[in-house]
Amino acid sequence: MKPDRRLLVAVLAPGLALALWLGLGVLLLGATLGPAQRAAVRQAIGPLLPSHGVLAVGWWLAGAALAAWAAHRLYRANVVAPARLANAARVLAGDASAPELPVQGGSAMRGIASAVNSLAAQRGTLTAEMARLVDEASRSVAEQRDQLAALMSELDHAVVVCNPDGRILLYNGRMRDLSRRLSPHGAEVIGLGRSIHALIDRAPIDHALETVERRIARGGDPSAAAAKFVTATEAGHLLQVSLAPVRPAAAEGAAAVTGFVLLADDITGEQAARARRDAELLRLTESTRASVASLQAALEMLDLPDLGLEDRERFLSVLRDEVAAMGARLDDLAESSLLDVMTRWPLQEMLGADLTAAAQRRIVAATGQPVAAHDAAGELWLNVDSFGLIQALTFLALRVAAVHPEPRMWLRLAQAGGTRANLDLGWHAPEGARLPATLAGVQSEPIDLDGTTTPVSVRDMAERHGGEVWLERDRKSGQPFFRFLLPLAASEAAAPAAAWPSRPEFYDFDLFAAGAGGALDEQPLSAVPCTVFDTETTGLDPGGGDEIIQIGAVRIVNGRILRSECIDQLIDPGRSIPEAGIPIHGIHPHMVRGKPTIAEALPAFHAFTEGSVLVGHNVAFDMRFLKLKEARTGLRFDQPLLDTLLLSSIVHPDEASHGLDAIAERLGVEVSGRHTALGDAVATAELFVRLIPLLAQQGIVTLGQARAASSTSQFARLEY
Amino acid sequence: MGIKVLIADDEPNIVVSLEFMLKREGYEVIVARDGNEALEAIRRERPNLVLLDGMMPGLSGFGVCEAVRADLSLGGTRILMLTAKGREADVARGVGAGADAYVIKPFSTRDLMQQVRDMLA
Repeated sequence: MKPDRRLLVAVLAPGLALALWLGLGVLLLGATLGPAQRAAVRQAIGPLLPSHGVLAVGWWLAGAALAAWAAHRLYRANVVAPARLANAARVLAGDASAPELPVQGGSAMRGIASAVNSLAAQRGTLTAEMARLVDEASRSVAEQRDQLAALMSELDHAVVVCNPDGRILLYNGRMRDLSRRLSPHGAEVIGLGRSIHALIDRAPIDHALETVERRIARGGDPSAAAAKFVTATEAGHLLQVSLAPVRPAAAEGAAAVTGFVLLADDITGEQAARARRDAELLRLTESTRASVASLQAALEMLDLPDLGLEDRERFLSVLRDEVAAMGARLDDLAESSLLDVMTRWPLQEMLGADLTAAAQRRIVAATGQPVAAHDAAGELWLNVDSFGLIQALTFLALRVAAVHPEPRMWLRLAQAGGTRANLDLGWHAPEGARLPATLAGVQSEPIDLDGTTTPVSVRDMAERHGGEVWLERDRKSGQPFFRFLLPLAASEAAAPAAAWPSRPEFYDFDLFAAGAGGALDEQPLSAVPCTVFDTETTGLDPGGGDEIIQIGAVRIVNGRILRSECIDQLIDPGRSIPEAGIPIHGIHPHMVRGKPTIAEALPAFHAFTEGSVLVGHNVAFDMRFLKLKEARTGLRFDQPLLDTLLLSSIVHPDEASHGLDAIAERLGVEVSGRHTALGDAVATAELFVRLIPLLAQQGIVTLGQARAASSTSQFARLEY
Repeated sequence: MGIKVLIADDEPNIVVSLEFMLKREGYEVIVARDGNEALEAIRRERPNLVLLDGMMPGLSGFGVCEAVRADLSLGGTRILMLTAKGREADVARGVGAGADAYVIKPFSTRDLMQQVRDMLA
């Protein structure tokens, strides 16, 4: 209300001043007159007052109104307009992309506005030029960084890089998938700036770091220093983790570790399979021992010469019984999946067509004979050791070419049913000819190519694939071919890797420099990790039964909005959604059916916000909904709070509106997707990031200062 | 009063042969089908020798062994563990628990009988 009061004063003051001036004039006149003259004047004017006094007051009123009008114009021109101009100029000073100042008002004002605009334009070109230079200089760095990030995302392992405190600087998609599988509520525990200890205990990591540091201190090769450990997660998974220290490249000797890289593998399934296999093997050994003992003892009894007929029959039945039991055990073993989990050679997924094409090229090069490739199978993905397999095929082809002058060889890949494929290498043998003996046992001979002999045979190669190889003749044509039985890749593995948003922000190396904790209040706003959130609700009254139906949240780390680390969750309110609200939030009852309830969704949100400042627009409204759930869910949201509405009122106290759209317009932020929780949260985050430098101009730099200023701002006293 | 031998094993097919063999040698044979029964029989019958299987329902052979060695009044009982548990760790455990001899199944009956005779000599 401040501006209005000032305006009122400005408008009324001239009238009052005029009245005062006139009154003073009359008093002065009275003072100069003698008593007789004064009486004469009173006598002369007194009777006129009732009839003509109105005229004098009217005259004064007209003067006052005229003066008020002039004062109003002057106030608008010289107080309001400059204040606006100053606000806009401050925005422009803080943010070069803010809109230009409006050129309006008196000629002087217009002059100032265009001067400021031209200054801003000059700064713009300067900044652009500087940015171009900086950009050029840092492009190669960025390129390397992007290459590293790309490499990371392609890696087969889950990788995460942390600073010494365990704060995450970089992670890849596999790591994110892994953490999602492992976290107790499916909550997002991996994110830039978050602590790795939410996923992996601090103790084994500290121990591994210590081991590595001691190894380096003892003079071990720093580049080869890595420690391995296996740890169990909260949800009972087994993780095999390999830890390597990160040290400044320039540092010599035992320099301090500035961070560490973790490679993690979920070995739960593998370990369970191995344990099962071991147990099964032990059981099998022991039961076989017991059976053989019974058999042997019974047999030795049967050998005794003085055995009666009845005893003889008893021992014979022991033999029958044990043989039957051993047979049944073997059948069980064959039917169990035990034999499927046997250790295999490391194999890679490969498109079948690529394998046949590569084999074809290699055979043609080695034998000088044409090879036809029939790929009848379409998109077949195989699990193969392609190098070894192609060597085996080439070796066979060379042998074939050695006995047939014109073999006209062919390659064919076809699905064999189930999880197997047939890879055939055939040739055209002369009609009715018998197969040369040299080809019959060739599968078992060691592969020798280019004069080098390996101890590995073609059969070994097939067995590496858990498959087989044999020589066959086509039933109809009688033509011979070698057939490899190979494993198909698991269908889920062949599917393209999970799709990620266009440019996920998986790294932030600035966190390397981040200080070790310190009270949040002491840290600059731009360095404090923030969770910006918004909720959609069934109505405005949580105490009266209104519920949250959508939560949207996004994180800000080091002043950067991490759009790929967000929450966008519909929630079943367990009550009806009033029709009136649907046009605003666009959430219909069918959309929340089957979604988690607030009690189910809050743990994930709570974990998401951990260790960060909560930011919202008119955040007290959302907090009231969350606080009401505290008793029921046991989840306390006691982080520091910031409200963009309050921050905006600190930056622009003279503006009347601090609505999301009004602020966005003032700060030149384009807002899209409003009125979904995530859309509003992202818009709020954009505003918050722009408000930080404007607050800094007013000396509000740290979180503590921002909170103190918020609590004394004019809107803070409005009770929500 | 003959020499008493207790066979504690839950596998009837091995018990048949062991029982036949020991009786043929002239010993008095008692049979127990599980660990608890074996312990009871040892306390009641005071056998000179126990042929003890490692894996039995209820109390395992190792458990029986420990219980017997813990009871000083049963100090004279000789124990031969006769079991399919063949890992080094199993042998160590059996000997540690107080077995006088540890024989891994399968075994030659002739060698076993010789060992029994030696232990009872």
